[in-house]
Amino acid sequence: MIWLTWRQLRGSAAVVLGALALAVLALAVTGPQLADILRVSGTDFFDRLGTDGTKKAVFYLGTAAAYAVPAVVGAFWGAPLVAREVEAGTHRLVWNQSITRTRWLATKLGLAGLGAVVAGSIGLVVTWWCHPLDEAVGRGYTDNGPFSVPRLWPELFGSRGIVPIGMTVLALAVGVTVGLLVRRTVAAMAVTLAVVVAVQIATPVLVQSHLLAPERLTTTITATNLRGIQMAGEPGAADPRIGRVEVAVDQPGAWVTQNRTVDPDGKVVEFLPAWAEDCAPAPGTSPDTAVACFTRLAEEGYRQQVEYLPASRFWALQWMETGVLLGLALGLVGFCFWRIRRDLT
Amino acid sequence: MIEFHLDGRSGVSPYLQLVQQVRRALRLGLLSKGDQLPTVKDVVGQLAINPNTVLKAYRELEHDGLVAARPGVGTFVTRTLTDNTLAAHGPLRLSLQQWLAKARRAGLDDESIEALFLATFRSAVSEETA
Amino acid sequence: MTAVLRAQGLGKKYGRRWALSDCDLEVPPGRVVGLVGPNGAGKSTFLNLAVGMLAPSAGEIEVLGTRPTGRRAQRAKVGFVGQDTPTYAALSVADHLRLGAHLNPGWDAALADDRVDRLGLDPRQRAGRLSGGQRAQLALTLGIAKRPELLLLDEPVASLDPLARREFLQDLMGAVADQQLSVVLSSHLVSDVERACDYLVVLVDSRVQVAGDIENLLATHHRLTGPRRDPAKLPAEQLVVSESHTDRQSTFLVRTDAPILDPAWEVSQLGLEDLVLAYMGRSAEQRNPSRSRPTLEALR
Repeated sequence: MIWLTWRQLRGSAAVVLGALALAVLALAVTGPQLADILRVSGTDFFDRLGTDGTKKAVFYLGTAAAYAVPAVVGAFWGAPLVAREVEAGTHRLVWNQSITRTRWLATKLGLAGLGAVVAGSIGLVVTWWCHPLDEAVGRGYTDNGPFSVPRLWPELFGSRGIVPIGMTVLALAVGVTVGLLVRRTVAAMAVTLAVVVAVQIATPVLVQSHLLAPERLTTTITATNLRGIQMAGEPGAADPRIGRVEVAVDQPGAWVTQNRTVDPDGKVVEFLPAWAEDCAPAPGTSPDTAVACFTRLAEEGYRQQVEYLPASRFWALQWMETGVLLGLALGLVGFCFWRIRRDLT
Repeated sequence: MIEFHLDGRSGVSPYLQLVQQVRRALRLGLLSKGDQLPTVKDVVGQLAINPNTVLKAYRELEHDGLVAARPGVGTFVTRTLTDNTLAAHGPLRLSLQQWLAKARRAGLDDESIEALFLATFRSAVSEETA
Repeated sequence: MTAVLRAQGLGKKYGRRWALSDCDLEVPPGRVVGLVGPNGAGKSTFLNLAVGMLAPSAGEIEVLGTRPTGRRAQRAKVGFVGQDTPTYAALSVADHLRLGAHLNPGWDAALADDRVDRLGLDPRQRAGRLSGGQRAQLALTLGIAKRPELLLLDEPVASLDPLARREFLQDLMGAVADQQLSVVLSSHLVSDVERACDYLVVLVDSRVQVAGDIENLLATHHRLTGPRRDPAKLPAEQLVVSESHTDRQSTFLVRTDAPILDPAWEVSQLGLEDLVLAYMGRSAEQRNPSRSRPTLEALR
């Protein structure tokens, strides 16, 4: 059965794994150069990198590959796994050899799952490649480019570490399940693609932000820690008010999930009082005005509440999210085993 | 060795057709003692018929003492039907031909001749058995 | 010897429609069974139930003495060639044999190679490039070389041209002679299976109309022609399968084990095709005697 599964899967496996091998090659060649640059540079690390088009391309390639692998595996390995057999009627051939359906599916899933783990390991390679970047971020270096985005941030989190493995395995399970339900290869591939992309978009919101209890920090707002102010209403309107204030936390690489102002009663403030307008830096006003404003905010009991995950929780979150994804995959696989033993002609 | 054929429209069951063909071959001297009949697999492969049909025909022939099965080898003819009547065939055929000529002269067409012959044959048979 | 196939009150429902209902059947071993009926009568459903591709909605079915659960031990004893004889288009003939060898503990490699050789199939040829007849032969090879005790074939010759059809049946019969298989094959044409089978099951409208040894069926069915008569006046043991009347004449097709003694009838024998067509041509009420012919049922 392993032979048959391999025989059926080898074509699409070769394409996917071959493409990944190229990406790994590009990462392997350029990775050590990054470490070298970090060794010889200081705070100007990101500035030096910013001009390097090749590194930027490889960075994007690696990240894109880690995000694309689940969808590709789900659609091209998962969806046809059962759907193609049912569509061509060959399941009637193979199920009437001396093999149980459970064993048949287990072998197919096992081999494809192994392939999914290998393909999803691209995330580990990307993590290795990005290691100098993450270390620089940890040292507090920064710029406004993509290189200095902390790896805990939702934009990157799913492309690093072991989450791509979990996502790829889940995508495979989604593909097989959809194939079993839809029973037509092309339709199953399309549905799988849509579902996997939807899961990838929804994961940061529905999963990533709920797994670990964040650190809390309550602080006064000062001119030095102020990172942003959002004005409500049209700029230059008669009564512009401050809607949102964000402060910086001294936690390089952290993922800030909550950054809000509370009043003395501990209630979340929707709008700051009108006089707080002075706190906003504006051309032609003396810095003293702002300082006075911040002092008044603190005196009246306004505080900033910040919730964040420190960079050190990266791997803990990786394991938990991967666990959740694998758990979902397991549920789908269980459904497939149940379904395969029911009527299928 | 003889080759079997089946007439799908005769209304005679396939196994009986096989039996009749062997008997006819024995009677006409096409098969003689010691000859081997086609194996069941050969007949089946040639005619696309059920092996049980062939087995049944051979069993019936065996029962009639015409053939004997040697396990693992085949089925062989043990007795012929070309008895002393063979000598009488010539004169009988001659008188039948004379009768046919007489019938034609009387104006009977082929169909009428056949019907008359069969009807007479059957009533004679039923009288004998009665 | 126990029946190779036994169904009791077997039924299968798709949604609200019964594809097979009240099916009682017992097929003795060593037979070649023709499962005949029009398209959509439930033949495929029955065979799929027998190989466990479907689970019954009602009643039960036993194959070689056990329920078709899909266990490995039973899988090995039952061969199945599905409708349109599916094969893997991308795999070569040799790959198919390898597949069979990998998946069947009792695989007879010599038999398989010999068959492929004799059929003139190129082992390197992809199954997708084979003709319909060759594909059917390949599927049959897979079914036979696993050395099953019972081989089920779902409309194996329906899509073949007459020559390929004949070759397929010759070959199948050869295998039956060689291996003492029991075979069930379905077809919507009696002529396809008439010679090959010695046991007949006629399935119409999801119900078994008649089942039995073919010679026995032919011996017990008669066509009676004579002066017009009411079927209710026929002897009780004569079961009317079909009837037609003109103003003077009546023609009945009856089933009876007893000799027909009434001198008013001209009695003639039936061909298998006539017999099957008579059962197929019955109207819906006639097919369910329990509902429309209570008297007859009581008399039986």
